[in-house]
Amino acid sequence: MSTFVSDTVNVMNRELKPVWREPLAVVFAMIQPLVFLGLFAPLLPEMAGSGSALQWFVPGIVAMTALMGASFTGSNLMEEMQSGSHERQLVSPLGRPALLVGRALKEVVPMLMQVAIIVAVVTPFSFDLHLGGVLAGAALLSLFSIGVGALSFALALASKGEDWMFWTIQQTLLFPTLLTAGVLLPVEGAPRWLEIVSMLNPMTYVVDATRALFAGTWPADVVAQGVAGAAVVAALGLLVGVRAMRRSS
Amino acid sequence: MTHHNHTGPAIVTRGLTRHFTSRKQTVEAVTDLDLEIGQGELVAFLGPNGAGKSTTLRMLTTLIPPTSGSASVAGHDVVTGQRDVRRAIGFVGQGNGAGQRQLGRDELVSQGRAHGLSRADAHRRAEELVTDLDLAAVADRKVSSLSGGQRRRLDIAMGLVHLPRVLFLDEPSTGLDPQNRANLQHLVQRLHAETGSTVVLTTHYLEEADALAGRVIVVDHGRVIADDSAARLKSGLGDLVRVGFSSPADAARAASRLERVPDSRVEVDDLSVDLRVRDGSAMVGELLADLGADGVRPTRVEVARPTLDDVFLDLTGRSLREAQSTPSDTTPLESEVAA
Repeated sequence: MSTFVSDTVNVMNRELKPVWREPLAVVFAMIQPLVFLGLFAPLLPEMAGSGSALQWFVPGIVAMTALMGASFTGSNLMEEMQSGSHERQLVSPLGRPALLVGRALKEVVPMLMQVAIIVAVVTPFSFDLHLGGVLAGAALLSLFSIGVGALSFALALASKGEDWMFWTIQQTLLFPTLLTAGVLLPVEGAPRWLEIVSMLNPMTYVVDATRALFAGTWPADVVAQGVAGAAVVAALGLLVGVRAMRRSS
Repeated sequence: MTHHNHTGPAIVTRGLTRHFTSRKQTVEAVTDLDLEIGQGELVAFLGPNGAGKSTTLRMLTTLIPPTSGSASVAGHDVVTGQRDVRRAIGFVGQGNGAGQRQLGRDELVSQGRAHGLSRADAHRRAEELVTDLDLAAVADRKVSSLSGGQRRRLDIAMGLVHLPRVLFLDEPSTGLDPQNRANLQHLVQRLHAETGSTVVLTTHYLEEADALAGRVIVVDHGRVIADDSAARLKSGLGDLVRVGFSSPADAARAASRLERVPDSRVEVDDLSVDLRVRDGSAMVGELLADLGADGVRPTRVEVARPTLDDVFLDLTGRSLREAQSTPSDTTPLESEVAA
């Protein structure tokens, strides 16, 4: 077990080196959510009684940033599979599970940097900063990012030698996941089938809980469902990811 | 830190076999390989693309399991003792082991940590390797900015971080220019001499196998077809003496005379006769005198020392260079294996 921990830390540290060295890349990676924030927020109607539109929209954008960053991350592994450095690590004594888990854990760091940037950008506007809630929301999204990142690595491993497959699947799943989770528009009042899809999407619960927490409220049931949603994604991601890594050659 | 006082062979394989199934067809990439490689040997697997060299190396380095048979490396089974094998070996693959976004030195340190070195030891060892492999000017640059030769040296440095008992190099010089290839060969020889590691490399460059390895294992279609020192493989084949004549009749007469030379092979091609015989260069004077006594006047004589390509041609009926350039049906397999 202790080798698993030290191997995982080793893998994570290696993955983080480019992040620390080139933090600007983290900003570039979140251009799209920032554009959504800039273009969508002014169009949002003021919602009666439930705070500013920004208050509702920002947690969704934060969740979107987490989903996008983590779902793209498999492309880094694909690059390493092509160059040969993945193969080199497979022949090193590092355990297969550590090669996956270390990478997935690393996703938390750029995600937190991005959350900090978004919150810093919107706080001067009509967004009320509830620091405790934001931190709790960020912790929730960390768990979610680990799961999505692990799934992305699994997809990269499964797409060995066929990059198009990774991008096709990632792009195909990305927006339906975002939309049915109610990130950009509320799903309430949608047709029944869409509501059902939304209910089956674990990200829905993560987004709902993040919204509650960012607003400074702590409804136990919503938060619990959010944690459960993120935990399901994390467990599934790590399971599938470790299995794919064990098969990698 | 050296730990090469092991007794016993570095590598043993028994009936080692690997099949691949693609489009419902089973391809035997490696068949029934029995090998024993001693501690400290420098061995080259030589053969055309698709011969099974890389597949063999991938089994020995635990990347893929054998279909049947067994192999042990540094005393550990490649299936049941994977982690122990990985601890004992260094591996320099066909690609670049160092990550493109990383700094060379960081990769050396992280590789050392992966092999269980303490932080301080990993940094010390990285520094040693940077100096030893002449990487000081580039070690703190991003790997993607290094030249092909510099990257290859970095890859080798990474393979040596833990002073492995066995170092595997898969096509180490492919893609390098002649100058860098020569440098790499010197480097491998020097490291082999200094560390006492067993070094196993694959190559399809005849000159490389010839210049570098103490022992050459010639592989074709997944089987070992020769296994000896380059010098003995070549001398076993003998020199080629090619004698030209002014008429086919003279050539035929000369051929019937030359066929009496013991342990030789003779082939006639219109105006010339090829005689393959050991130490042919030392016999030429006598042979020509004999022909003259028979009244046959050669118009020209060439003597060629054997090359490993001749050895390959002799064993397989085709030249290694040809085998290389003609895309055989096994080529896609190798690319699949190497991917």
